[in-house]
This record gives sequence, structure tokens and C-alpha cells, in this order.
Amino acid sequence: MTVTDITAAFLPLTDSAILVAARECGFAEEEGIALSLLRETSWANVRDRMAIGQFEAAHLLAPMPIAFALGLTPLSLDLVVPMAMGLGGNAVTVSAALHAQMQEAHPFEPSSPADAGKALAAIVQRRRAQGLDNLQFAVVHPHSGHNFELCYWLAASGVTPDVDIDIVVVPPPFMPDALSSGQINGFCVGEPWNSVAVEAGSGMIATTKSAIWKSSPEKVLGVRADWASGNREALGALVRAVYKAAQWCGEQENHVALSEILARDAYVGQPASLILRALDGTVAPSSGSGDPRFFVPFDGAATFPWQSHALWFYSQMVRWGQIDHTAENAERAKRCYRPDLYRAALDALPAPIPSANAKVEGALTTAQPMGATQGALMLGPDGFFDARTFDPDKLEAYLAEQKIV
Amino acid sequence: MPSVLVIDDNSVRATIIEAGLREAGHDRVTVVTDVTGIAGKIAALAPDVIVIDLENPNRDMLESMFQLSRAVKRPIAMFVDRTDSDAIERAIDAGVSAYVVDGLRQERVKTILDMAISRFKAYSRMERELEDARNALQSREIVDRAKRLLMASRGLSESEAYALLRKTAMNQNRKISDVAQSLILAADLLGDEGQT
Repeated sequence: MTVTDITAAFLPLTDSAILVAARECGFAEEEGIALSLLRETSWANVRDRMAIGQFEAAHLLAPMPIAFALGLTPLSLDLVVPMAMGLGGNAVTVSAALHAQMQEAHPFEPSSPADAGKALAAIVQRRRAQGLDNLQFAVVHPHSGHNFELCYWLAASGVTPDVDIDIVVVPPPFMPDALSSGQINGFCVGEPWNSVAVEAGSGMIATTKSAIWKSSPEKVLGVRADWASGNREALGALVRAVYKAAQWCGEQENHVALSEILARDAYVGQPASLILRALDGTVAPSSGSGDPRFFVPFDGAATFPWQSHALWFYSQMVRWGQIDHTAENAERAKRCYRPDLYRAALDALPAPIPSANAKVEGALTTAQPMGATQGALMLGPDGFFDARTFDPDKLEAYLAEQKIV
Repeated sequence: MPSVLVIDDNSVRATIIEAGLREAGHDRVTVVTDVTGIAGKIAALAPDVIVIDLENPNRDMLESMFQLSRAVKRPIAMFVDRTDSDAIERAIDAGVSAYVVDGLRQERVKTILDMAISRFKAYSRMERELEDARNALQSREIVDRAKRLLMASRGLSESEAYALLRKTAMNQNRKISDVAQSLILAADLLGDEGQT
């Protein structure tokens, strides 16, 4: 078998697990890929280095390839998304002081974004009445699931982003320090950075991505379009390797081993015990055994690049003024997610693959079987906390109704 | 002359870049090593060009500020002309990135970028040379220690001890300093004291 060298970039986050496992657990090697991983310090760096050809693939924020396709970035990059890399994995953390105020105003559990939202709205109103400055909440990037889920939660709770609350950008590893020094009052970030702030005593979990929108998309595998079109076989091998790695990451018996690999300085560089929380669903305190859907690497078609996910991100870019809606823009957003490449790569595996390219998001209140090419595939639940749904075929109507915050 | 803001948490390198720009006649240069409160600084300075090291994790924050913030009054774009892929490549390879306000003439920006690129490269080279020198010094010390171990434990002369190390290295296809390191480690483990 010929060996193909592939270099992929990642940021130090728990959800880089799938890419890391592809290398460390031999899945890439089995597919004839010598996979090198490069730890990067910013998404801007991933973009720039990929644009000049320093690597072929990257662990990317799911909305980033859409932003590239829409020309919203300072440097252009032509990408395809042949697969997603898991669902969920983020949380909203607030300072211990804000948490105490929120609990006093309206008691809440992190599993209820509606209650947590009411509590935050009460504090925002009180601060306004007292003539205090806006609270500052940080996200990792304007084109990120974090930004869109935080703003979705705020708006649905009656708090208008950038009007009632300021949204700023802070790099993930700096979030805990920014919170403890009082520069920001809260943040939405991927693990392990919520747990790092909680462990340090400066932050408390307000709610989680998996509670705001169950089974929601977070990271994708982005591949340079020119490389993908010239190396179809290698692309297929890469997708298979990452798919198998995702399956391995999803099995509970592997979580301890995975957390220890990720804890190394070359990867996340944080204690394995903190990394394990996302894998075991114990990031937010709960009375039960945790939230098994906090971070889902594999189950429920968690690696499938749903075009309805791409279009939902697009709808939020329109909502928050990042882009004007046109039919052409919507088409560009949808087209960078490539279910066809996913199917072509996994055709030979005994893997159940969704028959559809898109689905109505938020329609499943419980897990349900889904039409698949072969075998059985269970999807969901995928509900939004405010019980709204997103039908990608009715994009215009969704855009119109979400203008009313 | 356009005003330039250099953001680099490596203060030595920032100073080198600043000096280069000043020598080239740019007298409106400001260096920032700590990005805390950077929005206010940018608003006050209103720089025409911002040069930042690629490894700075705050690039995402800066880019979002350029795009969204009310603090930055003039539009700022990534500096190099999007079509100038050669300039982009040289900058990224050197580890530097730059942003400019819209409307600044390309030639003016080019001299600043070229200066930043060459100073970044010079700094990397200097760092590498320093690292090499440190390694060379370290391996010489290790070989000296191993020689003293052999001289004491086997009653060899200095040249005989060195010859033995060299022969072993050649036989094992290893570097002399690696063999010396193994020997020191073994001596430490065996509690062979007083030899160093």
C-alpha cells in the first residue's frame, strides 16, 4: 500500500479528540496515511497556513468553511467539508458572582436553558435600571457555533446580543483567566476550558450547548478543495480513518485512555481528569449520572455533514448581520458541506449512512430511526430548547420569523 | 509616513522590528507586547498598519474587532492584496501577519511588510544559532564528563577515553554525545559516585 502524507491542524480542545485518535490509535496508519498533526494557536492561523498550502486538512469550527465560501474572511480559502467531527461539546460559563446573582433572581439548573435565560435576563434588566454597563460575554470567533448558540439562547431569553449584552472574542485557552480577572462576565467555549474555569473556582456552568440545541453541530473536517479534487483516494482514506476514530472515541470504555492521550502537552495540555468530564458528560453538575449527549463523537450520524446544519449556521449569519441573504449565498453555504464525498468514502464500510442530505432540525423530541443506505441508524433527539424547528426548505420563513427577537 | 502598530508578545523581537522600521524612516511606530485593552489603544493610535506575530493567539480577537468593533473607526483589511499570493506566502512563512486600513497605497505597505518579514526571519535565524550554540556547548560538557568517568573507572588517559567513546559511537552508529549521555546515565543509575 502506498503511504500518503497528510498534515492536519487543530486547536487545543477536547473535540480535537477524533483527529488525535485517528493518528494515535492507528486508524490513519491502517488506511495508508502518515498523519501529522499541528497544534495551532488561532483559527486565523489555521486559515492562513492552509491557504498557502502548509497543510491539507484541519479541525474547524463548523461555520468557518461557510464564512470562507461567502467571502467573509480577510484571506480567502477554498474548502470542502467531507465530514463533521461530533456533536455538542460546549458550555456557557459565568463568573461565580454572576452565577450567585442569577440563582438568587431565578433559581435554575444548567440542564434548563430556559430557566438560566430567565435568570440572566433578570440581571440584565436590573443592571440597566441601575445604570450599570453591559455584561461582557466572550465567544471564540464570530463564525463559530459558540457565537450562534450563545446568541440564540440570549435572544430566545429576551436578551438582545450587542444591545443588552456585549459579545467579544477571546481565544479559548485565555477564557478562564479573562473570567477570573473580571475582564468578562461569562463565555461560551469548548471543553476543557469550561471545566478549567470551574476547577479554578472562578466560573460556574450556566447551561450547555447540548441543552440549548440537542445533537447540534460543532466541528468539521475542513479539507483544501484543490487537494481534495486532486487526491480523491487519499481523501476517502482520510474520511474512513477519521470515521473509525470517531467510533472509537464514542465508546465509553476508551474514554480514560482518550483523556490521557489528549492531556499530553502536544495536544490539549490540561489534566486528563478535566478532559474526561466532556467525554463522560459530567461538565455541568447534575443530580443524575450526567448528560450522555454533552459531546457525541459518533452516534446519531455525528460525523455526517448535514447540509441543514450548514444552512442553519447561514441563517444565523444572516440574523446577526454578518451577511445579506440571497438565494445564491444560501446555495454557497449549503454546497460547502459535501455528503457526496462522505458517502463515496464510506461506501465500502458496513456503515449506516443517512439517505438524505438535509433534515428538519429540532423536530425529534426523542431518538428515532432514520432512513439509511444500510443497517439501522438512530437519530436525535435534536430539539432546540425553545421548541422551534428549522426546515431548510423553508429558509425564507425562518429568516423572517427570527428577525423578531 | 503611515503610522505602524507592532503587536508582539516577544519584546526582543518587537524591538528589533521597531528599530528596523525606524531606520527605514518610519518614525510613527508603536510597540505593544500586552494586548490587554488593545481596542482602546487602537482607537487612540488609529494606526494605518498593524503588524502582528502569527503565533499570537489573539489574532481571532483582533480580526473580529476590525470587522465589528465600534472602537476601530476605519475599515481594516488583511494587509496584502488578496491576489498577491507570493507576498502572503512569504509573510506567513516568516511568521508575521499584517492588517492595513483601507485606501493605503500598496507600495507604502509593501516596504513595511518587507521590513517586518526580513526582521522576523533574522530573529528566527538568531534564535536557531543560539539554540545550536547551546546544544554544542551542552554536548561538549557531556563528552567531558563521560571522559572523566572512563579515566577514573578504567584508568585511561584522556585521549584513550575519547578514542573509546568514538569507537563505541562508530560501532553503534550513534553520536559521541549520545554515547556519552548513556554512559553518564548508566553511571548515575549504578551509583558510581565521585567520578564527575
